Amino acid sequence: MKVGIPKEIVADERRVAGTPATTKKLVGMGFEVMIEAGAGAAAGYADAMYVAAGATLAPDARTIYGDCDVVVKVEAPTADEVPLMRRGMILISFIYPKRTAALMEQLATQGVTTLAMDMVPRITRAQKLDALSSMANIAGYRAIVEAANEFGSFFPSQFTAAGKVDPAKVLVIGAGVAGLASIAAARGLGAVVRAFDTRAAVKEEVNSLGAEFLEVELEESGEGKGGYAKVMSKEFIEAEMALFRRQAPQLDIVVTTALVPGTKAPILWDREMVELMKPGSVIVDLAAAQGGNCALTKAGEVVVHNGVKIIGYTDLASRMAKTASQLYGTNCVHLLDDMGKAAEFKVDLEDVVVRTSMVTHDGAVTYPPPAIPEPTPRALPPAPPSKGKVVAAPKGPSPLRWVMPTIGLGLVVLWLVLTLQASTMRSDVQAREFVQHLTVFILAVFVGWQLVWNVTAALHTPLMSVTNAISGIIIVGGILEGGHSGDVNAPVILGVVAALIATINIAGGFLVTQRMLKMFRRDPEVGR
Amino acid sequence: MNQDVLLALSYIVASVLFIMSLRGLSSQETARRGNLYGMIGMALAIVATFLDGRVDAYFMLIPAVAAGALVGIWLAIRVAMTAMPELVAMLHSFVGAAAVLVGMASYLGHSEGPHDVVHLIEVYIDIFIGAITFTGSIIAFLKLRGSLSGRPLLLPGRHLLNLALVLGSIGLAIPFVGGEGATGLVPMLIMTGLAGLLGIHMVMAIGGADMPVVVSLLNSYSGWTAAAAGFMLGNDLLIVTGALVGSSGAILSVIMCRAMNRSIWNVVFSGFGAQAGVAKPTSDGDGPTEIFEIDVDGTVAELMQAKQVIIVPGYGMAVARAQHAVRELTNLLREHGARVRFGIHPVAGRLPGHMNVLLAEANIPYDIVLEMDEINDDFAETDVVLVIGANDIVNPAAKTDESSTIYGMPVLEVWDAKRVVMMKRGRSAGYAGIDNPLFYLENTRMLFGDAKATVDSLVTELRQQAQAEAA
Repeated sequence: MKVGIPKEIVADERRVAGTPATTKKLVGMGFEVMIEAGAGAAAGYADAMYVAAGATLAPDARTIYGDCDVVVKVEAPTADEVPLMRRGMILISFIYPKRTAALMEQLATQGVTTLAMDMVPRITRAQKLDALSSMANIAGYRAIVEAANEFGSFFPSQFTAAGKVDPAKVLVIGAGVAGLASIAAARGLGAVVRAFDTRAAVKEEVNSLGAEFLEVELEESGEGKGGYAKVMSKEFIEAEMALFRRQAPQLDIVVTTALVPGTKAPILWDREMVELMKPGSVIVDLAAAQGGNCALTKAGEVVVHNGVKIIGYTDLASRMAKTASQLYGTNCVHLLDDMGKAAEFKVDLEDVVVRTSMVTHDGAVTYPPPAIPEPTPRALPPAPPSKGKVVAAPKGPSPLRWVMPTIGLGLVVLWLVLTLQASTMRSDVQAREFVQHLTVFILAVFVGWQLVWNVTAALHTPLMSVTNAISGIIIVGGILEGGHSGDVNAPVILGVVAALIATINIAGGFLVTQRMLKMFRRDPEVGR
Repeated sequence: MNQDVLLALSYIVASVLFIMSLRGLSSQETARRGNLYGMIGMALAIVATFLDGRVDAYFMLIPAVAAGALVGIWLAIRVAMTAMPELVAMLHSFVGAAAVLVGMASYLGHSEGPHDVVHLIEVYIDIFIGAITFTGSIIAFLKLRGSLSGRPLLLPGRHLLNLALVLGSIGLAIPFVGGEGATGLVPMLIMTGLAGLLGIHMVMAIGGADMPVVVSLLNSYSGWTAAAAGFMLGNDLLIVTGALVGSSGAILSVIMCRAMNRSIWNVVFSGFGAQAGVAKPTSDGDGPTEIFEIDVDGTVAELMQAKQVIIVPGYGMAVARAQHAVRELTNLLREHGARVRFGIHPVAGRLPGHMNVLLAEANIPYDIVLEMDEINDDFAETDVVLVIGANDIVNPAAKTDESSTIYGMPVLEVWDAKRVVMMKRGRSAGYAGIDNPLFYLENTRMLFGDAKATVDSLVTELRQQAQAEAA
């Protein structure tokens, strides 16, 4: 198996998909490695270092694409590169399939199997392949470095003989991988850092880095598919904007990292907010490539508006090409490792990581991949992706997926039979009533089934005691049977005793539930 | 407005309130409101039924209801959180008993005139399920209280016995339905006895470790009983409520079974705990068999260094009532700068969610109490894991040893942590009766002793050390 690493040809791209260190790992895994002469130069890796690590040099890209079985690359190939590729070759690269339909078509026609590093699913097992996170981490760090460079003051507060200097106030919007890296970097330089994210769950991480977590007063969780944030409601966005406007005059640095995958970046920092900021402040827009979170961002440039500098660099990771190449190269090594190393190398369509990241295969575009199950707070073993079956139990377990529909179907059939029978025997009032009750019963079972899956596991004991209490509803039966004052006979006494027992349930059940629920409390320290 | 319409409307509102009540339990924040909805719904249903035109015997009903309420309140106030499983089982038996009584009352109350077959069958089914729930729950209650041994009672030919009891009950339906006037009474009473025996026998055959499933299952039965009573009385409110409770119990049973990687049938009919006490090493001699013990001082030294601590409580913590001591330990560790969290296995304890309630009782905030799936990936970055009175739920054999009886059961992967301290009363195997390779791992230390006493001495020692350090 021969792995090739071509030189990146996109303007300003200094990264390379392999370093001498990752080359060594690939060689250790049994691969032959071929690198285009000069490929690592911009990242600070000389050809001789690759040769020393066991690679052979290729004079040009044509040799790489013509000779190698697997080609690893950073940026998506250009239309000029694709025709050089060998049929049956495997390309591993960033692809951005949402905006490169024509490129994928071209790759498919060329007979190339393409694995998009930016499509690696965000699941635990694939964390070591997650190149987007590797790059976001670098970009987040670099954003602060760039901001510090443009910002005309200290980050930490300073007490000098010549007077006191206030610390820089930094706001990081979006606490994903990039946002957290920015927070850590800004804290490391000594700034006062605040962070905002629609997902309340990241608050703990933000606090653990020593930053303050800003919140709007509205209950809505922004946790969406695959750990990304989702699009929020109008009310929430308004509250968020009001919060930003209040913050803007105090801030020196704003770093925006809000990107919902596949959509244009949302505008979170409008012209008004820029104008509210002090002259000399800096905004770094990490979403610049997707239109920017700031209304005034220009991709790839630094814009100055009212003395506020808005940095829209789209090559932040490439500006740290040495480390970026090392991390990206390592992500690629892990992918090749997972695919069976050189000896048992195989494109396994059953492997969810391979299948999800694959965008072309066998002459066809295979994007978008089948959906991976969504994260559920009480996730039990992840159910295999199902193609929207009937009323399948939501978040239901795999073995149960067919049980409920089967029972349901059985009941529906029974119901139909009885309905037909009842309509043919018009005189039979009882049968008709029975069918009516059965309808109610079936509906209630379905409602209960849907409802109880949502109960959090921590509350299963209160769930049992509250259902205990409400099954005391049998008291109604007791009252109806034992409520006639006519003559006190056996049924009346039985009914009254039943009512007595059922009341024990009702009072005991509700009260003990109340007692238990009162005990559940939040951690006061998390709010600090 | 017509009184019947008013009654029906109240019932609809009550049904909706019950649904909202269960919905409230989806998160801790809304749970108390949910319980309130349940209470309002119940009050509405009772008052509406009292005002029904057919009901006028208040002189009997009101004292009965008042007495029941007093007993219920007394039970609820008195119960210790460690005894929740017993209380829940007892309350299930009450639903069963009430259903049997209502069923009989309904039969006797309509015994004049010609019988309606549909109604008779409904009565029969109601009594059948009610009796099983009643006796089964009583046995569960006694087992949970420890009055009966947790060991499964496995009679020879028990499947045949069950089958005979079911067939007998079905067979008796013929004279019951065919009987004129009140002549069906005798077959009905015999069937009640048979169903009661069936309930007793089924729960007797189930081992202690499977109690969470049984309690959930009985929870489900108590719901179906109420629904059956609803059919019998033609009362939609009972049907709806019964169906809600029934599906709730069914889901809990499923969750519990899945957490043990077993099917309902396997739990109910196999008598799993049968192997209890036959503890034999699953790997015959080919693994290390030496355990490393640690004392309180050593554990404290480990804890003082730890930045990340996860506590895994099991039934042993509940038995020793150590939850308050654990809270103190948690507070001390947090003050000392460690991040402390709890990892809860779905079947830890004797009731679904039992551990969560105990920790909440000890005032441990619920946001540091995590479920298995939330915390399993974090063990690798954890310095010390304290396992308090848990065994099977942290057994690596479930992952690695295909010959193990618990192979495939999801477990807390504590062995990934840098250090695992197992607190155990003695050297016996867990309920499943199988050896735990975790004990022999290089990074595991065994801390023998009663959970409460051990945690107490950990707290004392840790406090002294922390003060010494601060001084």
